[in-house]
Amino acid sequence: MNTKAANSGSRKTQSGRPARLSLADWMPKIVMAPTVVVTLVCIYGYMIWTAVLSFTNSRMLPSYKFVGLDQYERLFNNDRWIVALTNLGIFGGLFILICLFLGVVLAIFLDQKIRAEGAIRTIYLYPMAISFIVTGTAWKWLLNPTNGFEKLMIDLGFENFKFDWLINPDMVVYCLVIAAVWQASGFVMALFLAGLRGVDGDLIKAAHLDGANTFTTYRRIILPSLKPVFFSAMVILSHIAIKSFDLVAALTNGGPGYSSDLPANFMYAHTFTRSQVGLGSASAMVMLGCVLAILIPYLYSELRGERHE
Amino acid sequence: MSKASIGRQTTWVEKALRVALYTVLIIMATVYLMPFLVMLLTSLKDVEEIRTGTLLSLPSTLDLSAWSKAWGEACTGNNCGGISPYFLNSFQIVIPAVLISTLLGAINGYVISLWKFRGSDLFFAALLVGCFIPFQVILLPMARTLGWLGIANTTTGLVFVHVVYGVAFTTLFFRNFYQAIPGELVKAARLDGAGFFTIFYRIILPLSTPIIVVTVIWQFTQIWNDFLFGVAFSGFDTQPVTVALNNLVNTSFGGKEYNVDMAAAIIAALPTLAVYVLAGKYFVRGLTAGAVKG
Repeated sequence: MNTKAANSGSRKTQSGRPARLSLADWMPKIVMAPTVVVTLVCIYGYMIWTAVLSFTNSRMLPSYKFVGLDQYERLFNNDRWIVALTNLGIFGGLFILICLFLGVVLAIFLDQKIRAEGAIRTIYLYPMAISFIVTGTAWKWLLNPTNGFEKLMIDLGFENFKFDWLINPDMVVYCLVIAAVWQASGFVMALFLAGLRGVDGDLIKAAHLDGANTFTTYRRIILPSLKPVFFSAMVILSHIAIKSFDLVAALTNGGPGYSSDLPANFMYAHTFTRSQVGLGSASAMVMLGCVLAILIPYLYSELRGERHE
Repeated sequence: MSKASIGRQTTWVEKALRVALYTVLIIMATVYLMPFLVMLLTSLKDVEEIRTGTLLSLPSTLDLSAWSKAWGEACTGNNCGGISPYFLNSFQIVIPAVLISTLLGAINGYVISLWKFRGSDLFFAALLVGCFIPFQVILLPMARTLGWLGIANTTTGLVFVHVVYGVAFTTLFFRNFYQAIPGELVKAARLDGAGFFTIFYRIILPLSTPIIVVTVIWQFTQIWNDFLFGVAFSGFDTQPVTVALNNLVNTSFGGKEYNVDMAAAIIAALPTLAVYVLAGKYFVRGLTAGAVKG
């Protein structure tokens, strides 16, 4: 958005004018007050509260007996947590890579003056409108070994076809990847398509005049100019991955055993059903750390870019 | 490729590439559509047909009994009244939460972009972080708070939670939109004696229709599809439809009725799908608004 910074100058002179202390001057602050209070309490206050709990021995109810870093030590000695973190690495990595790949390729394909582009785009993107619970329910049925995809292939004549990932502890995490990619890749496509449409047409014409073919033009000129879109898409996708909770709940419920748990499910189980509030809080703080590690550099570059525009 | 050759005649290579391009696009469209198609087919079969047939086999008769069972009789947990009460719960949660969070977002965005005060930019940055925190960090304190306020396990409580954590996004949407409004407009109106609310109501709101549509659709989709808050903060009778669906699918009395599961899943997805089909343009704009600048 190029107009963002354009009018800030005029507003400064406005507030610099000698103030009549009337209700009108207070009004902006008064109407913002509820949001400010709620944000400070319910986001930052609660964050601190959870941080405090993660240093206590809270079990079923919060207690304030401090035990230092004990909960974090327990956390990283907990096999289930390590499985959840490993799963997040596999799930997040594959989910992001495949979504980016599919998103870029489909966007470029769709950008070739395709007939019925609108309809195709609509089809690619509709899963994004659906809840992860519905997605999980659908894929649980599609991937189930008795009646699902496996049986379809066998009935089509592939008699030895085997597809039991959903009940295989080593493979179940890939089921999460499949369902999540189905849901989110169309969204990445939409991001890139919007980006492609924003690329300067003259630049492309110039490249063609210089004798570059379509492939070279994409590789050397168009894709590099989409770097910010790559960046945004990666941040959004990793954010989706770290927060993933409902997909696991619906598709695998963490199973078999806890082989498909993600950190969000670990946190929920320990805080709300296993009476391990301290441990659950510690896991929530680690999740927060992961998100901030990705987010802060991103916001920093975004805000800085805005100021320099 | 020289410029002269473009458009004058297409060689057979280009034609073949075109065909390949369309083939890939259509195959992918089929892949995206397949899960929904299978859900629909499954919901129209009876249990016996599901057992003997495959995912893609067509139902022999058009059997809507799975749909009526999902709506009115299926058991979610211990409750055997179908998912209809929870479907209504979702509306009871979504409608007020969307309205309140959109209104607050509009006012906040108006202040942050046109009535800046000392600290308002800093606050906006702080709020932005709120868009992205993993909600696991606030789950337990919020549960305690709802208890103290006496609205634990109620739809009111869920409305409250969705407003609190939705306001960050709605503010972001309106703020970005209002940034494009020239400050002179507000200045001139002030010189004419118009106050804070008059300017908002008479000048800003009439300009805001597109962003209101985007925000309402975004919030509707987000809140309708929520599961985490629903499962953490609702009671047996106040569950939103996503939680009820999950319970229905994971309830196993006797044989698994996949047709009922699929019908229930489609019912739970219908409102947001309808919004997407009817207002897809705005839906996409909302999705990309927070993601790509401009």
